[in-house]
Amino acid sequence: MLIAVGSMALMGGVLGGVLGLASRYLAVKENPLEQELQSLLPGANCAQCGYVGCGQAAAALARGEAPVTLCPPGGKAVAERLARKLGVKADLSGQVDKEPEFALIDEDLCIGCTRCIRECTADAILGAPKQMHTVLLDNCHGCAKCFKVCPTEAIKMCKVPVTLSEWHWDSPQAHSGRLH
Amino acid sequence: MKLFPVRGGVHPDYRKERTAEAAIVALPLPKALYLPLQQHIGAPAEAVVEAGQRVLKGQLLALAGGPVSAPVHAPTSGLVAAIATMTAPHPSGLAQPTIILEPDGREEWAALPPPIPDPFAADPAVIRARVADCGIVGMGGATFPSAVKLALGTEHKLDILLLNGAECEPYLTCDDRLMRERAEAVLDGARIMAHALGAARVVVAIEANKPQALEIMARAAAALADVTVVKVPAQYPMGSERHLVQAITGRETPARKLTADLGVVVHNVATAQAVREAVRFGRPLLSRVVTVSGGAVAHPANVEAPLGALVSDLVDFCGGLTTPPRQVVNGGPMMGQPLPSLAVPVVKGMSGILALTAAETNEQPSEPCIRCGTCVTICPCGLVPVEMAAFIRKEDIDGAARLGVQDCVSCGSCSYICPAHIPLVHFFNYAKGRLAEKAREARRTDRVRQLVEVHNTRLDKLAAARAAQAAAVEAARAEAAKATGATGQGGAS
Ligand code: SF4
Ligand code: SF4
Repeated sequence: MLIAVGSMALMGGVLGGVLGLASRYLAVKENPLEQELQSLLPGANCAQCGYVGCGQAAAALARGEAPVTLCPPGGKAVAERLARKLGVKADLSGQVDKEPEFALIDEDLCIGCTRCIRECTADAILGAPKQMHTVLLDNCHGCAKCFKVCPTEAIKMCKVPVTLSEWHWDSPQAHSGRLH
Repeated sequence: MKLFPVRGGVHPDYRKERTAEAAIVALPLPKALYLPLQQHIGAPAEAVVEAGQRVLKGQLLALAGGPVSAPVHAPTSGLVAAIATMTAPHPSGLAQPTIILEPDGREEWAALPPPIPDPFAADPAVIRARVADCGIVGMGGATFPSAVKLALGTEHKLDILLLNGAECEPYLTCDDRLMRERAEAVLDGARIMAHALGAARVVVAIEANKPQALEIMARAAAALADVTVVKVPAQYPMGSERHLVQAITGRETPARKLTADLGVVVHNVATAQAVREAVRFGRPLLSRVVTVSGGAVAHPANVEAPLGALVSDLVDFCGGLTTPPRQVVNGGPMMGQPLPSLAVPVVKGMSGILALTAAETNEQPSEPCIRCGTCVTICPCGLVPVEMAAFIRKEDIDGAARLGVQDCVSCGSCSYICPAHIPLVHFFNYAKGRLAEKAREARRTDRVRQLVEVHNTRLDKLAAARAAQAAAVEAARAEAAKATGATGQGGAS
């Protein structure tokens, strides 16, 4: 018995040491630009940009492989921040802001499987196993991750309605084609 | 009183003569009143009545929805027919929740809060609370909750309450009539507000093109040592808060500061009258005076309408339209906003309904800028409209912001004067909207990031706890194994 415990402890110690040394000597150098770029992204890892998560998107941006307009939920605001950080002039006029959305759970279809809760990185979904779930509108930022995993298609993505206080005039150029 | 010059400005055709001599007339009670829950700047009110409920005049229909908000009361007794969404009196034409009230014609009053016996001895907080409960907002058109503005005295040392009777917008005469017909009430309300603000003096500023109002107000103020009536030159936009303060004190309000930082708070004359009603009689804000005018209106008039009456009710009361209007405007022609239709209700901030003919709106296609510089000369805020518009045309909103587009008061003087008919102020309204939107988006992204961080730390903690637990279980098992091993060694091997 003692031999068994001892050998396990020894193995643990040695392997732990190897891992520790590996993490010291084989560490991937963190790119500071990448980190800064990542801090400008929403951080929800929603993958709407086509990369696995915000970290990968930031890396692609840093390598100059992705356009600053890559983040749909971030919209123009994020694109502009990225452009400023990277010192590039981005043509945002062509970028149509994806209208902000929120997720709505159809309470009749929800079977309480909790898959959406596990997907949501913003803690916007409330619910317990086998119980109907619901979305906290204030927290939901419309990344649609829950929408993709719901097995019963109980989740709908809805447009956030424009309120009176948020509405503003469109540019005079928007309607009359060419205005001076 | 010595006046100071104000930079820039224009002298539009005032066209006030059409209604200046029309005494205020009350609108007969319409068949239905439509009371939007958002008639003010801030959070919408929250309905506290239900469809089918009978309500009395002055009864609370909707509670203020936050610290910057205003309640809505029943302008008459009747039945709440429904709470439905309805087109707002707003250029967007968006629908908004609206309480629909069917009057029963009995005008039965609800139990009102008791009058405050001696307002000048009352605690300012009591007056503020009353003004808030009575749903009073800035009635000159800004619709900012008045109680919030009356609280400025708690953080600022104020010396002047500036009562804004300039009414510099063409066509509008509702404030003029109010001052001529209810001078005592207006001054009483103003003095109550000055007391609530802790301001020692009331200065009433009236433009020179309202000689009767000047005379009547001066006479009413003669016996009051703390009130001065001042004649300010007729120069658009004299009624802008910052410019009026500059004319009276000679000091310019710095960008993104309040006039209160200069010791002055500006309130409108109609607001003063509403405050008096609330404080002296406990009556909430139920009606307002609206100037119905414009070339397409048969008989222009100053109408005192219950809130929630339809614009079409007022227009019909004024003899209807003689020609189809080119545009119907809420407010004055310079800063007013187009109404989506006549089937929208009168709200607290609606000072005018103007049905303008094509000749009056004088819309012309815009031409290239001739670089005359007139817009720069007349901008009362000292901005460079031509330059800002150039940036906005290229969608460089931040460039326009660097030139100070956020300091533009949207007075419309530049659009009015531009010989090339460039819709300058429209560009600036767009830019200001975009800037506000961007600020909102940035706040949202930050919030999401915060939420995600909290989420991730929680997951990390959870994982760490699980690992610790697993390790503990493992250790316990090893411990147990060791114990059994020590006692039963021989048997096992
Ligand atoms: S830039 Fe703004 S403040 Fe200046 S004249 Fe034009 S609308 Fe008025
Ligand atoms: S007033 Fe009109 S034409 Fe003259 S400089 Fe300004 S924008 Fe150009």
